Formats: sequence, C-alpha cells, structure tokens
Amino acid sequence: MEEVKLLGTWSSPFSYRVLWALELKGIPYQYTEEDLYNKSPFLVKCNPVHKKIPVLVHGGKPICESMVILEYLDGPWPHNPLLPSDPYERAVARFWAKFADDKGTVIWTMFRSTGEEQKEAVKGSLEMLRTIEDLALGDKKFFGGERIGMVDLAFGALAHWLGVFEEIVGIRLLEPESFPRLHKWTKNFKEEPAIKENLPDKDKMLSNFRCLREKLLASP
Amino acid sequence: MARGDLKLIGLRPSPFVNRVQYALNLKSAEYEFIEEKFGSKSELLLRSNPIHKKVPVLIHSEKPLCESLVILEYIDEVWTSSPSILPSDPRDRAVARFWAAYIDDKWYPLLKEIRMAQGEEAKLAAVQGVEEGLGLLEEAFENISKGRSFFGGDSIGYLDLAFGCFLGWLRAVEEVADIKLLVGEKTPQLAGWAERFCSHDAVKGVMPKTEMLVEIAKILQAMAKAPSPPS
Repeated sequence: MEEVKLLGTWSSPFSYRVLWALELKGIPYQYTEEDLYNKSPFLVKCNPVHKKIPVLVHGGKPICESMVILEYLDGPWPHNPLLPSDPYERAVARFWAKFADDKGTVIWTMFRSTGEEQKEAVKGSLEMLRTIEDLALGDKKFFGGERIGMVDLAFGALAHWLGVFEEIVGIRLLEPESFPRLHKWTKNFKEEPAIKENLPDKDKMLSNFRCLREKLLASP
Repeated sequence: MARGDLKLIGLRPSPFVNRVQYALNLKSAEYEFIEEKFGSKSELLLRSNPIHKKVPVLIHSEKPLCESLVILEYIDEVWTSSPSILPSDPRDRAVARFWAAYIDDKWYPLLKEIRMAQGEEAKLAAVQGVEEGLGLLEEAFENISKGRSFFGGDSIGYLDLAFGCFLGWLRAVEEVADIKLLVGEKTPQLAGWAERFCSHDAVKGVMPKTEMLVEIAKILQAMAKAPSPPS
C-alpha cells in the first residue's frame, strides 16, 4: 500500500473536501498543516503551477486541485465510491461539482467586501442557494443519494463555513424557511461521523476569519 | 455502440462546442447539430440548460448534458469504442484533468484578455500570462506525451481536446493583436503538436477558419468599446 499524504490547512474547505473523502473511504493518510504565508519547499515542489493546497501525495506523486483529487480517489480505492456508476448520473454529479466551484466564490466575495460589492454578492449568493435548493437536491438525503458523494463534499463549505461568514458579516443567507431542503442537508451532512469528527473548531474559525476580514478590508 | 437520439446545441465559432464536436467525431458518433443564433437563445437551449443558458449542450436520448469537459467524460464512458478519450491510469487522468482546469480557468481567460484589453499595459500583462502558460504546457507536453504525437499518446485524448479547441482562437488573437504567441522557437513541441492536432481528421472539417474568427473578434472588440445597449 503506497503512502498517502495530504497537504492542507485547518481553515480551508477545499482541504476538508479531500480530508472528508479520505475519512469516508477509510484511507490511512499523513496530514501536514501548511503555512500559506510561508509555503514549504515541499508544497511548492508538489504544486509549482498554483502553489496551493490541498495536495494529495500518493506513492510520492502529487495530485492537485480538490475536485481532481476527489475524482482520482475512486480509482485506487473503489469502495464507498464518491461518484455514481451510471454515466448520466456521473455527468450530473460533475456538473454540480463544477457549479459549486464556479459559483461558490460569490460567498467569499460577500465575506471580504462591503457596500455595493457586498450587496451584489449577497444577491448572487441567494441566487446560487436558490438554484441548489430547487434543482440540485430534490428529496434525497444527500446530493449523492443515500450516501455522501462528491457533490456533497463539493458543497461542504455551505454546511460549516457559510454559518461562520454569516455571523461575521451579520447577514443571514441560509434561512431554514427559505431553503428547507438545503438546511436539512447541512444537518444530515454534519451528522455523518466522518464529517462530524472532522470539522474545524467554530470559535477558532470565527476568530481567524474575523481577523482575516479586517486585514482584507484594510488592504488596498 | 450506444444508440439513441444525439443532438448538439452549439455555435460553430465556440471552442467549447468544437471540443464536443471533435470528441463525437473521434468516436464516429453521428449527431444533429442545432445551431444557435448569435445574440439570442433558443427555447430548446433555455430548457436544456436553464442554469447557465450556455452552449454546448449535448442531448442524448432526450437527456441534456452541460459543461464541455463534463460532456467529454460522458462521451468516453458511453461510447466505449477506441480511441479512449481519458487515459486509463487514474494518475494520468488526474494530470489531464489538472491541466484542462488550468487551461479553462487561467490560460484561456488570459487569451481572451489580449483581445478585449483596454490599454497597452493590460494587453502586455495578458500576453505575458499566455506565454508563461504556453511554457508550462510545453513542459507538460514533454512529460505527458513521452515522445508520442499527442497529450493522449498516439491518438487525440482529453487534454488534446481541452487545449486544441483554442488553437483557432489563438491564431485569430495573434492576427488581431499583431503578435506571435505560439512560436516554434519558444515552444517547439507544442508547435508540432498544434499542426498535428489541426490536421487530424476529427478536427479539420470542424475547426473554424481563422478569417471568420478574426472577423468575430473585431466585432466583439467593437462591442466592448461601444456603450452597451440595455439587453
């Protein structure tokens, strides 16, 4: 069995996407916390193009980009698959995973901005949540059906990070009355042992992201 | 061999649409091309891709599929005849997907920026970005192709399609901006690969002519400079 390493950071939802996947599949791994303000030579060697986490290193070979890593994992570890087996359902899953990546940034914009820019980002975030609520989840427990799959992991930030951002900026987006399915999903997602036992501490997140927001708003 | 109704909603100058066309041609899959009109969106498109309202959309047995790279993976999984589009090894697949994401998320937006940039400084920055990207892709080609003709090996694969679809636009941008981007002296392997890709049977009947793309580029540039009317 070739060694598996994960380079990540404790506060990144992208890092957690991979960590959760490894936990769900029961894959033993060695985790290294990276300092993004002082990137390790190993990280830069593994990801020279983007110099970002997460990076999965399997048998000494690095794989970068969280969704690329998730797609990769079903290959060597096919049990508890992250993707369905039917080609059309796989295409639907990949569509939503891409949606999570492309549209998810609007929530970050809401977090790091003020004024008009923030107003636009709030509008965009609500539209995104509405699309997911109405079109992505249906009546399933998870996006993956009965079990957590790749799309659930892709949307993982909504279950834990969004609440922290909402508290810091003082804007509530994911209201249970407006988004009942999505709200229920966040509860189901965080109840799963592999997720529940692997979530960054909320108070630590509040403190960290409050600080980060101040820094981002202060800089030109 | 998969049966069933196969339709592709697209615009001929769109490199994302071309990607899917090349893939279908590689698999010798017959399909009906439904051309959208530039500047308006058909009912069929809006119904089939209500979220993004964009082309390409592949409709297979009445089921719509959106996002070009997602469609490529679907085609490969359903039409299992050779050639394979995705590599068989999971690591090689991860490498191909990594570079396809880089091309779509970082490199192509810079190429578009050269065409759309307002001001010399912005244009130069975009040119530099595109050239740096080509340098990275030259190195990637060397590592991935291992001396063979394409990123996919002896035949065109996922990364060839992900990158090759932009070659027509690359040439058009070179002409409109009066610069050379893909040059044999700087990136010899990519230059050779580009020629092979463009002359491949699955590609050559479909890749839009540079002259047409130059005309479109000029129209888009003019539209960007003019005050936009309410849409």
